Amino acid sequence: MRFGIRPGSLLEKALAGNAWFVYAFFYLPIITLVIFSFNASSRVGIWGGFSTTWYANIFSNPEVWDALRNSLVVAAISTVISTIIGTAAALAIDRYRFRGNRTLDGLLYLPIIIPDVTMAVMMLLFFARVFALVDTFGPRLSLGIGTIALSHIAFNISFVAVVVRARLGQLDKSLEEAARDLYADRWQTFRRVTLPLIMPGVLGGALLALTLSLDDVVVTSFVAGPGSTTLPVYVFGLVRRGVSPAINALSTVMLIASIALVAGSLLVQRGPGRSTEMARE
Amino acid sequence: MAESAVHLEGVTKRFGDLVAVDDIDLDIGDGEFFSLLGPSGCGKTTTLRMIAGFEYPTEGSIKIHGREVGLEPPDLRPVNTVFQSYALFPHMNVAENVGFGLLMKKVPGSEIEERVRRSLDQVQLGHRADALPEQLSGGQQQRVALARALVNEPEVLLLDEPLGALDLKLRQAMQIELKELQERVGITFIYVTHDQEEALTMSDRLGVMNEGSLLQVGTPTDIYEHPQSRFVADFIGEINLLDGVVSNGAVTLGGGYVLPLDHAVAAGTPVNVALRPEQLRISRSDDQVPDGASRVEGTIGRRVYFGESYYYEVSTPAGLLDVRQENRPGLALLEPGERVVVYWDPSSAAVLET
Amino acid sequence: MTVVLTPEDQHPPEEMTVGGGGLEAEAEAAERRRGFLLGLPAMLYLLLLFVVPFFIVGIYSFATRSPTGSTRLSDWNLGSYEKLLDPLVVSIVWRSAWIALLTTILCLAVAYPFAYYIATRSRAVRNILLVFVMIPFWSNFLIRTYAWRFLLGSDGPIALASEAMGLGTLRVLFTPVAVMIGLIYGFLPFMILPLYAAIERMDWRLVEAARDLYADGWTAFRKVTLPLTRPGILAGSLLVFVPSFGAYVTPEILGGAKTVMLGSYVVRQFQQARNWPFGSALSIVIMIIMLAALIARQRGGAREL
Repeated sequence: MRFGIRPGSLLEKALAGNAWFVYAFFYLPIITLVIFSFNASSRVGIWGGFSTTWYANIFSNPEVWDALRNSLVVAAISTVISTIIGTAAALAIDRYRFRGNRTLDGLLYLPIIIPDVTMAVMMLLFFARVFALVDTFGPRLSLGIGTIALSHIAFNISFVAVVVRARLGQLDKSLEEAARDLYADRWQTFRRVTLPLIMPGVLGGALLALTLSLDDVVVTSFVAGPGSTTLPVYVFGLVRRGVSPAINALSTVMLIASIALVAGSLLVQRGPGRSTEMARE
Repeated sequence: MAESAVHLEGVTKRFGDLVAVDDIDLDIGDGEFFSLLGPSGCGKTTTLRMIAGFEYPTEGSIKIHGREVGLEPPDLRPVNTVFQSYALFPHMNVAENVGFGLLMKKVPGSEIEERVRRSLDQVQLGHRADALPEQLSGGQQQRVALARALVNEPEVLLLDEPLGALDLKLRQAMQIELKELQERVGITFIYVTHDQEEALTMSDRLGVMNEGSLLQVGTPTDIYEHPQSRFVADFIGEINLLDGVVSNGAVTLGGGYVLPLDHAVAAGTPVNVALRPEQLRISRSDDQVPDGASRVEGTIGRRVYFGESYYYEVSTPAGLLDVRQENRPGLALLEPGERVVVYWDPSSAAVLET
Repeated sequence: MTVVLTPEDQHPPEEMTVGGGGLEAEAEAAERRRGFLLGLPAMLYLLLLFVVPFFIVGIYSFATRSPTGSTRLSDWNLGSYEKLLDPLVVSIVWRSAWIALLTTILCLAVAYPFAYYIATRSRAVRNILLVFVMIPFWSNFLIRTYAWRFLLGSDGPIALASEAMGLGTLRVLFTPVAVMIGLIYGFLPFMILPLYAAIERMDWRLVEAARDLYADGWTAFRKVTLPLTRPGILAGSLLVFVPSFGAYVTPEILGGAKTVMLGSYVVRQFQQARNWPFGSALSIVIMIIMLAALIARQRGGAREL
């Protein structure tokens, strides 16, 4: 009898019922969406037979491919940079005592809880001022892929840092001392012991950053210029104009991609190296 | 005098206002099995870590075979550590773990293989060279940790409560193994533990620490039978402590009993007389008491049975005494309430200033 | 000289930033420098792209909107902040607040039993259940919101099905209810996970002790389990309330013109209305509320997300 729930009791049945409800709540909308993406009829709600025309439709649309390309470029840039900076920050906070450690900890926390809209406003106004400043020296900068990437990095650093820190926290701290004891200098210790052991966390953080970047709507829409729309922003534009099976098809594709990405991230995070206490349990 | 393996002089470690280790002087000889014993928080682990290089001393000097290493990083010191949590690298197998130090010292690959094999054989784990640490039992992991340290042939081996996580039977077996290993290999061992039985049975010499200070250093016999402070007397084994006062060159106990004093102490000094329960004898009458023995009279309060022995709690005017009587066939048992005489050889009493 | 002891002879407490001031001072200073350098890029980046923008938004909030829609930074006034007191604005903020609050409460009501149930399953089952909670969560937020737009629309399957069954047209879309459904759909996992972590971490023996002392199941839950899982409740509530309050995508898609929430209203200032100073003032207000919630969380004792 775990946590006081007697198996077979009314309470357990009620809780189980609630659980089933939650799962249905989660999955039915998505499943329905996917099913209706194969709807031959263009009247979205009525089933008109099975068809893949809508998929052909979206895959032949140049706007879709442009948006996709922009999404991938921005995601790649922001993921790489934020992973490096975020991992370094996680190591700094977790392993070292230095003045400003607490400040950095607090700073890293802000992007995580800030609402999208506020972040978007901050980025827009920031770039507006920066451009105004740079204008006085000559070059004319404008919103585009660069500003999108810079904005994504701003929030991704924190997420990478959180994931890596979680992984660092699980690590037996004496492992690094053991390496030093066995004649490894700081760099060798990092390369041969620390890094391999936090690698699942680093990769997990990177994949999270990738996902967040690919998913972002509000911030991107504020700091994207003409011609640098990303896929979610494009879809958002479509949705505001109304429902259509094409959107269902596009959604299904994006759904599968997101899930695959994050599933990969979790699998990768299950690497070896949970501290030896687990073995002794 | 031969150069000692480890020489600590005036070693102090402060963390802000916290004094973890307070002015320690210590000499540990080559090939010695030396233990640092004390309760949690006494500074023994911090001291060990300073010898290993994971902490740097705030004051003082640490020398290994004459070479000053106090401020050197751990990777440059000729010592290796066996950690309390073993700290085996989970992403490497046993052989890679054991060979790690050799790899770092750039020993050629074939030699690494050879030495790792020998080291694993030495701890009877040659057959598990390919296993991952998580696949091994606690005892096996501990032996890998040992092999990993010893394969580097360090000048000193440091062990931080390595047997703490093992169950009693395994711990006792490992104690014997470790001791035999040390005698075979001949390396200086510095062993940190809070278990006084462990320290007494394994060490050539041991040092008792409390609240950052090193209170007494000596052989197990010295420490046990001639404690120099109340803490040491109390910490090791069972002890009876009687309150007394120095007067006329002797110690006066409660009830008017007078005990001889073998060294000069100022009159009026309050002292404790320390007596081990097994050093005390008990009898119904004075016939048994030999001449020259110290004696007090009292009444038996309780008798407790420990299987291999009996303990009598005796109330006397000088204080409460626990007397241990070995359980032998034909032993005459005494009953609570009986009036008895407790007596001992005066030389087995330690007079400690409080 | 004070002598205080660490309980275990282990590593010194991490709050210690200074050593004993003796020989090791130099070695420790080198350590500190290394740590500082490692953290420097992140610190600089966040200072530049987070702290600075925050102040820029603040400055803009005091600026004036010119008739053409551009911003005159040189004209300082509190006009934008005065506008905040406008009944329209107040009603929008109020609506956002109670929608966010209701969303949070509903999430809590559903998530707590759910998390509790998962915690009572065996370890293998628990992991599977959690994974299945996470899968929809991993998918794109926009898509998930669109799914409800699709479902609830008057040309969507639910409406058409109910028409076909003669139940009349269900007009849920573009109402606060639709927005709340969308928000709950989006943020329920944020409530489930911290709750689950808190429940799972709880020492069940404390409840057993309460039962031993004559408390019945419900009382034990009220007086032991609930208080002990409070950090999880607070963490989850914060993670749901804050984004719900400032939500944009969900109310935009599901709320339409009739259910305007703060997020949409702010975006409108920067796009249609071109009133940047006012939009900035609104953003500052959101940020202050968010900071207040943060501080409440720190006091409430929730430690890890």
